[in-house]
Amino acid sequence: MISIDFILLVSTLMMFAGVYGFLTRKSTLAILLSIELMLNAANINFAVFNNLLFPDGHEGVFFAIFAIAIAAAESAIAIAIMINIYRQLQNISVDKLTKMKW
Amino acid sequence: MNAQDIMFVILAVFIVCSAFATVISRSIVRAATYLLFVLLGTAGLYFLMGYTFLGSVQTMVYAGGVIVLYVFSILLTSGQQEELRSTSLKKTVMGLVIALVGFGVFYSVLWMYGFPVQEFAASRFLNSPDENVITMQTIGENMLSTGKNGYLLPFEAVSVLLLACIVAGIVIARKR
Repeated sequence: MISIDFILLVSTLMMFAGVYGFLTRKSTLAILLSIELMLNAANINFAVFNNLLFPDGHEGVFFAIFAIAIAAAESAIAIAIMINIYRQLQNISVDKLTKMKW
Repeated sequence: MNAQDIMFVILAVFIVCSAFATVISRSIVRAATYLLFVLLGTAGLYFLMGYTFLGSVQTMVYAGGVIVLYVFSILLTSGQQEELRSTSLKKTVMGLVIALVGFGVFYSVLWMYGFPVQEFAASRFLNSPDENVITMQTIGENMLSTGKNGYLLPFEAVSVLLLACIVAGIVIARKR
């Protein structure tokens, strides 16, 4: 019998793995990977609360679909910015990013 | 313990191990591959819950689109030769402490709330196939309706967001 607590345990572990990666990584792309982990944990929670607590509505599914669309848009823009930074600095490590404008 | 529980345990262990490997592994290409495994495992969880459309969207958009974008950008920028440099021990310990404390607080709050024990909608669906399943028709009608449970406004907002995202991607990443 799967209880809701086990699924929330999985998503909480995923969320804080993302927090740990966000705090310790140096490369901006690796930080983006950690952000994706956190967004994914939030999506699991949307779906789980919809499925196990409010099975008559569909709000969680729609919120998860919109969150996936927005996450895809966000990562596309972020990667465009990374490529632009790489063109200027030949490096995307966060401790090299001290200037915003040239 | 039925087949659904066994499948859930397999998926949960797979997801958690891959999530830890994503933030721990030294090579960034490997980190992206482990993230792909996390996203596929999450799609498996959605299928287990009976949300087949959500699982398909997760597989196509995340696993098919976003990860490919990441791998391309990794190869375009640093490439595999630049390994993730190790941060200082103090920073690692601080990050670990913050993550563990946050996990403890979040999960103790969730545990103490005491959610009612429920079955998956998918197993209810096996018992009575006409109830509690979200079909393509429901999704399409809800997406384009303005009435109760209609999501036309966020749908249009997301379409404008994607258009702005396309334009911004071209403007930011073009050659000057």
